[in-house]
Amino acid sequence: MRISMTVNGARQEHDVEPRTLLVQFLRESCGLTGTKVGCDTSSCGACTILVGGESVKSCTMFSAQADGADIMTIEGLANGDQLHPVQQAFHENHGLQCGYCTAGMVMATVSLLDEIPNPSERDVRLGLEGNLCRCTGYHNIVKSVLAAAETMGGAK
Amino acid sequence: MTSVLGSPRLRREDPALLTGEARFVDDLQISGVLHARIVRSPMAHARITSIDTTAARAVPGVVEVLTGADVKSAFENPLPCAWPVTEDMKHPEHWPLAIDEVRYAGEGVAVVLAETREAARDAADEVIVQYDGLPVVLDLEAATAGGDLVHADMGTNNSYTWALIPDPDSVDAAFAAAAHTVKERYVQQRLIPMAMEPRGIVVVPEPFGGQFTIYSSTQIPHILKIMLGITCGLPEQKLRVVAPSVGGGFGSKLNVYAEEALCLALAARTRRPIRWVEERGENSTATIQGRGMIQDIELAADANGKITAVRVHLLADMGAYLQLVTPGIPLLGAFLYHGVYDIPAYSFTCTGVFTNKTPTDAYRGAGRPEATYAIERAVDALARRLDVDPAELRRRNFIQTFPYESAAGLVFDSGAYDGAMDRALDLAGYDALRKEQEERRRDNDTTLLGIGFSSYVEMCGLAPSRVLASLRYGAGGWESATVRLLPTGKVQAITGSAPHGQGHETSWSMIVADRLGVDPDDVEILHSDTAISPLGLDTYGSRSASVGGTALAMACDKVLDKAKLIAAHQMEAAPEDLEFVGGEFRVKGTPSKTMALGAVAFEAFKAHDLPDGVEPNLEAQLTWDPPNFTFPFGTHIAVVEIDTQTGAVALRRYVAVDDCGNQINPLIVDGQVHGGVAQGIAQALWEEAVYDDDGNLLTSTLVDYLVPSAAELPSYVTDHTVTPSPTNLLGVKGIGEAGTIAATPAVINAVIDALTPLGITTIDMPASPQRVWSAIQEANMQRSGQ
Repeated sequence: MRISMTVNGARQEHDVEPRTLLVQFLRESCGLTGTKVGCDTSSCGACTILVGGESVKSCTMFSAQADGADIMTIEGLANGDQLHPVQQAFHENHGLQCGYCTAGMVMATVSLLDEIPNPSERDVRLGLEGNLCRCTGYHNIVKSVLAAAETMGGAK
Repeated sequence: MTSVLGSPRLRREDPALLTGEARFVDDLQISGVLHARIVRSPMAHARITSIDTTAARAVPGVVEVLTGADVKSAFENPLPCAWPVTEDMKHPEHWPLAIDEVRYAGEGVAVVLAETREAARDAADEVIVQYDGLPVVLDLEAATAGGDLVHADMGTNNSYTWALIPDPDSVDAAFAAAAHTVKERYVQQRLIPMAMEPRGIVVVPEPFGGQFTIYSSTQIPHILKIMLGITCGLPEQKLRVVAPSVGGGFGSKLNVYAEEALCLALAARTRRPIRWVEERGENSTATIQGRGMIQDIELAADANGKITAVRVHLLADMGAYLQLVTPGIPLLGAFLYHGVYDIPAYSFTCTGVFTNKTPTDAYRGAGRPEATYAIERAVDALARRLDVDPAELRRRNFIQTFPYESAAGLVFDSGAYDGAMDRALDLAGYDALRKEQEERRRDNDTTLLGIGFSSYVEMCGLAPSRVLASLRYGAGGWESATVRLLPTGKVQAITGSAPHGQGHETSWSMIVADRLGVDPDDVEILHSDTAISPLGLDTYGSRSASVGGTALAMACDKVLDKAKLIAAHQMEAAPEDLEFVGGEFRVKGTPSKTMALGAVAFEAFKAHDLPDGVEPNLEAQLTWDPPNFTFPFGTHIAVVEIDTQTGAVALRRYVAVDDCGNQINPLIVDGQVHGGVAQGIAQALWEEAVYDDDGNLLTSTLVDYLVPSAAELPSYVTDHTVTPSPTNLLGVKGIGEAGTIAATPAVINAVIDALTPLGITTIDMPASPQRVWSAIQEANMQRSGQ
């Protein structure tokens, strides 16, 4: 079947098998390999992207379900060489090590800060519960998210 | 000029990872690739009676379906175990696909090659394998005693018994004379490393000349190249191994896996690129697991609580086969069962036992977390026996003078154990915590407070090659570095230490910048590709900074030695009259007469006017074999609250004071501590590879295997003392495994500390709510005399 959607502002139209997951569509049909696959049970969150501005684990959707949707992946977040404030905060606070969970973690954070612009540490920890990281022990991820909230002017 | 070393420099690795531009193995787009899918055994122990591939071959897009017997001739040797720890170690043949018999659930029995991943997957489901079940060996104690066998032809389940008892009489005498003894048994549950990136491999046959490029999510590209050459019978010089971005390893990618050998053999057979990417459900059985031991530990102590002897026996679960360093893992802890304590009599034995489970191998800390857990729990048991504060008992036994020659035969380089303890007590607010604990107990509060200590030391910087020889390890422990000044004054540095998330590029650029007096941004670090970095022994055992970093610093010095000759010639001065300061050579006493290193590099490149006998260009390669291990140490304190009504354990505070010697980049050091601590806490409270009675892994997904999320963990309080190692140029020790080593006993000691008034003196890991609740109920019943 043929589906199309807007990914990072560009139209993507490809033939897919009905069983193709959205994450496979992004990685294989669109060549956007920044979104990672870390599990097969929708547990790890490495494939988190934004669908219509909200975070979604892209392994939980068939690509056909996203037909016509507006998608943003990690590749669409920075403005040229200018990192998005969330990316910048992860960089400045050493919020990543191996970087495999990072795309999902950053996208989940963008969505979290959209919902809760001025989160507490507890809000951040609960808000990122669906994203696993094996390297950082989360300490610097939490620090990064709180720093991003501050630079994005989160104080309500 | 202030030194760049020791500054919290942001990582140069980050932008590519943060924007999704970094390429991991599964991200590589290779045209014409065939997708491999492994058919795995659902049985833990069975004879394969037949494999019918007819239906699988009929699936559109399928190119080949091969069984273990079909591919055996493609291998010159079985999969390697590089650590035959004893001369008579039992080492069963281990082929990439099982032939005739499977010995753990998840072992590969056939492989499908297809044009698409979907076709490979569909076809794998169509491979019909008939099994005839055999008795399953799961329990370590039953296995070591005999009975049913994992490998019938070996006549035993015991792979080896290894002993370290330097003076048996002294141990017997100490126990005979002891005023107090404790005898404890601890179980190290099996853990699944769960690097966020599952494994992956792509093998590309190059067009002419019989070369293969092997992309693997490995920690050990150099070792892998050698071992794949030996296993597949292909000339090593034709193999190029590249580890692109690697998504964590924690020891699980420190191996030579069936799929790596298989993909290489299949690429040679089909002359097409072969790709295999592991799924998470496969990862939990097809990738090694960690820990898996029963530890019996005894301490002898005098009336004052001075420990006089330690005696340890381990049963170590090898799983069904010996992977790359499986049998050696207990040996990495064998020398450290006296911990940070001056214990004059030492006895250690270990028996490696086969079971019908996934092979074990290195998992973060590898042997040292197990050792630290046992001694730290036993010391707490002794403290309870003596009714002495656990911090105080530790102090009475701390090693005080360095270098320290241990009864186990190591020489500890440097240490200051009281200092780390002082700082940790301070940061934890120890006295106030004890007061609160008393109050809660007095008030019969249903939330009990527990304070747990872990004072640890580890041996890092693997390793002096001669020591490895004495342990019968199959290779050395050196590391290689090359430093090259380019004509424009920029620097390329090549390291044999292959990172997988540690930030080597950042740290190494800082070492080179410091040594050569250049800007770190002018230093490119090349690594993880055997065509660029042909010599190396890779990343594990907290060795990168102390062995690889030191090699790099020494290579810088070697470059400067040559540069000095050229500069002296140019400056018409004697080399011995020059000094190198801030990136330039100066004539001593005449600071105005200088020549920058970049200018020397250009002269070396031009070669118009070099001193006689000096070759053009400015490059030095150096291999460093460390004279000793390094011995990082510290004290961690965990503070837990236990809800006695539910058994739930909550971490209230976690304090880590670590001493890894001089720090190259404190940002990275703290990051390593955080991640290590989280993994150590996870062993204590959540993680366990659970098998059913038939040998099926019940925790094969991230739904069942509890890798903690941010919601379960606290922020950590970290601090450091700095006691440089005298055994390397940089004074560094290593920090990659410290957190994991320290955290597990700290948390369990805290849990037991909270529950002590109820009469609970032990608990198995993970200390789940159910386990804690059950222990409380049992203790209550015992106290009420039922």
